[in-house]
Amino acid sequence: MDFRFSEEEEVFRQEVRQWLKEVVPPRWYDIDAGLWEETEESWALLREFQRKLGQKGWLAPAYPREYGGSDMSHVKRLILAEELYYHQAPVGVEMEISINWVGGAISLFGTEQQKKKYLTEVAKGESCFCLGYSEPNSGSDLASIQTRAVEDGDSWVINGQKIWCSYAHYANYCWLGARTDPNVPKHKGISMFVINMKIPGITVRPLINILNRHSFNEVFFDDVRVPKDALIGEKNRGWYQLAMALDFERSLIGTAAANQRLIEELIQYVKEAKNSGNSLGDDPLIKDELAELVVENDVLRMMCYRIAWMYSKGLHPSYESSMSLLFSSELLRHTANVGMRVLGHYGELAQDSKDTVFKGRAMRTYLGCISIGVGGGTNEIQRNIVAMRGLGLPRQQ
Amino acid sequence: MDFGLSEEQEMLKTSARDFLQKECPKKLVKQLDESDEGYSPELWRKMAELGWMGLPFPEKYGGGGGSFLDLVVLLETMGYNIVPGPFFSTVVLGGMVILAGGSEEQKKRLLSEVASGKLILGLALTEPDAKYEAASIKTTAALRDGKYIINGTKLFVLDANVADYLLCVAKTKSTSKPENGLTIFLVNSKAPGIKCTLLETLARDKQCEVVFENVAVPKENILGGLNRGWQIIQDILQKAIVAKCAEMVGGAQAALDMAVAYAKERVQFNRPIGSFQAIQHYCANMVSDVDGSRFVTYKAAWKVSEGLSATIDVAVAKAWTGAAYSRVTLLAHQIFGAVGFTMDHDLHLYYRRAKAGEIIFGDGAFQRTIVARELGL
Repeated sequence: MDFRFSEEEEVFRQEVRQWLKEVVPPRWYDIDAGLWEETEESWALLREFQRKLGQKGWLAPAYPREYGGSDMSHVKRLILAEELYYHQAPVGVEMEISINWVGGAISLFGTEQQKKKYLTEVAKGESCFCLGYSEPNSGSDLASIQTRAVEDGDSWVINGQKIWCSYAHYANYCWLGARTDPNVPKHKGISMFVINMKIPGITVRPLINILNRHSFNEVFFDDVRVPKDALIGEKNRGWYQLAMALDFERSLIGTAAANQRLIEELIQYVKEAKNSGNSLGDDPLIKDELAELVVENDVLRMMCYRIAWMYSKGLHPSYESSMSLLFSSELLRHTANVGMRVLGHYGELAQDSKDTVFKGRAMRTYLGCISIGVGGGTNEIQRNIVAMRGLGLPRQQ
Repeated sequence: MDFGLSEEQEMLKTSARDFLQKECPKKLVKQLDESDEGYSPELWRKMAELGWMGLPFPEKYGGGGGSFLDLVVLLETMGYNIVPGPFFSTVVLGGMVILAGGSEEQKKRLLSEVASGKLILGLALTEPDAKYEAASIKTTAALRDGKYIINGTKLFVLDANVADYLLCVAKTKSTSKPENGLTIFLVNSKAPGIKCTLLETLARDKQCEVVFENVAVPKENILGGLNRGWQIIQDILQKAIVAKCAEMVGGAQAALDMAVAYAKERVQFNRPIGSFQAIQHYCANMVSDVDGSRFVTYKAAWKVSEGLSATIDVAVAKAWTGAAYSRVTLLAHQIFGAVGFTMDHDLHLYYRRAKAGEIIFGDGAFQRTIVARELGL
C-alpha cells in the first residue's frame, strides 16, 4: 500500500500546472462557462485550447505516439486529468466523448486505417465526435434502437433519428449505433459507424437544455449514404463494442478534482461572506455540511485513484467505473444543494444578474448537476451494472 | 501509488480468515456476547500463539515487528469474522500507549507480556460526559506520601472487567489548558478502591463503569511523563480510530457478502430476490459504501503508518466509515427480512457493532467538526 505519487509524477504535476497558467486564456475564466453552458465564443476557446493540448500529446495521453498520444502512464494521466479539471481548464464532456469513449472503442475494434485517421484527428484536437446513441423511444433501453443501416452496393444507407446528441452542431463525426439486422434479438443486430456530419441527408436541430443553452440536439438521417469503411468493428457486434465504449465513458477520472475545486470555492466563499454582520462560517450547521462534502469528495477521490491504479495493474474496471460515476453524480447534487442552502436568496441569482455572488455558480450547478446521473446511463442503470457485473446478482427478468 | 496489499499482508489476511472461520464460529461469538467475560481464554491463547497480540510491536519487546498497516489488515479480517474479546483494548489501545509512552523497562516487561497473551489491558479514558476531549477528564491524581491517589469515575471503559491493568488518564495539574495537565497511570485493576461494573450495551461488548476511590499508584507507574499524557492519547486515538475503521470495513464487507449470497438464493415470486431491481440497487449502494470506506481507511492507515500528518484523513475515514457500516447493515437487514430480526441469525451481530463503531472515538458529527477546523472554518 502506498498513496504517494513518485517524485517524477510530482514534477509532472508542476509542469502541467505551469503550462496551464501560460496557456489558458484569461477570457475563458471571465466567461466561466460550465458544463453544458458553452457559447460560440467559449466553444472556440475550448477547441483552440484542445489543439494546444494535442500538440503536447496531452489531449489523448493514453494513445500511442503514432496516433498523436504520448503513451502516458495511468498515474500520470490521472494527474493530468486532475490538474485540467481542478484548474477548470477548457476541457469537458466533448473531449471525454471523442478521446475516451469513441477513441477507446475505435482503438479496440477499428482497422489500422481507421485508427490512424480517427485517433490521430481527435488526439490532435482537429476533430471531435458526437454520440448517436439515444433515440426518442430508446433511452435506458438502448439496445432497442431503430435507426437502420442497410448495405447497398459499396455503401451503407442510414435512416432514422437520434436525440440528446451533445455538440452535434459542432461535431465533425457522429459515433452512431444503428440496427443492421432487424430479424435477430435486439442486442445482436446492432453495428457501430463513424458518420461524417457534413454530408447530405443529415439534419441537426437544437434542443435547449435546462440551463437555457444549446448543448444538445436531435439528429435526423435521411438516406444518408456512407462508404463501407464507415463501419467500425464487426457487423452486428456493435452492442458489445458499445458496452465496452460505455465503460470508458463511465470512468471520468477527473471528477473528484472538479468537485474538489467547487467545494473549496464554496468554503472560501463561506469564510469571507458576511450575513448581517456574522460570518456564514460561524454557523455550525453550515460547517457540518461543508465538512461532509469534503468527506464525500475524499471518498470519491479514492474511488477514482483506485480506477487509475487498476488500469496500471492491467486490470479492467467495470463496476468500479459505474460506482465512481454514481458516487460523483450524487456528490455533485449534494454539493449543489449545500451551495444553494448556504447562499439562500443569493443562490437564486444568475451569473449575469445584478447583486450576483459566487458567479451564479450555485444555481448553475443546481441545474447542471441533473445531467450527471442521467447522461451516459442513468444512476439506475449504473446500479444495475454494479449489482449484476460487480456482485454477480441474477439478471432482471 | 499502490492500492494493493503486500504478499505478506495477503498471507496474513488469508491465514487469519481461515483460522477464525474454524476457531471463532458465530456460535462462539454469541456465547461470548452473552457471557460476562466476553472472551474465550482458549481462543485468546491461540491468537497469541499466532503472534497477533504482538504483531505491531518491535521484536526487542517480544513483538512481531509488523507495521501498523499489518495490524490494520488483521483487524479488517477480525471485523469480518467478529472476534469478541479484549484484543482492541489490549493491543491497539493499551499496547500502543505503552509503546508510545512507556520507559524502556515498562515496554520490555509489559509489551512482551501482551505479546505472549498473558496480559489484558484496558484504557480508562472517557468519563460520564462521554467525550474524547481533554477538558472532559475530571478524574484526579494527587501526590501524597510519594504515591499518586486517584479519584474519579471512568465510563465506557472497554474490557475493564477482564483487564489486568488499566491505563487511567487523570488530571495532575489544574491549568487553563487542560491538555497540559493530564497524566497516564498504569493501575493494577485489582488495586483497593477500584470498583468495576459491567454495563449492558447494544453491541454486548464489555464496556464498564470504573470508579476510582483513593486508589494509590506508585510514581513509577506513570506512562510517558507527568502532565504529558494527552499528546500520547491523541496520537493513540488517531491510530485507534483507523484501527476501528479497519474493523468496520471488514464487518461491512461481511454484511454485504451475506446479503448478496442470500439475495441470490432466496426465491420469491418464482425468482431469486436478487433479480429484483430494488434489491440490486440496495446491493449497489452497499458495495459503494464498503469500497469507499475501505479506501479512505487504507489511505488514513497508510499516512498514520508513514508518520505523515493525517488529522483530516483520519477524521474523514471515521466520519465516512462509521456511517457507511451502519447503512450497509441496515440495508442487509432489509434484504434478509424477518429472519434477520431474530437472535438466531448472525446479522444483528454486525448491525449492533456498526452503531457501536460509529459512536466510539467520536461519531460523524464530531469528526466533521475536526474536518471543518482543519479547513479553517
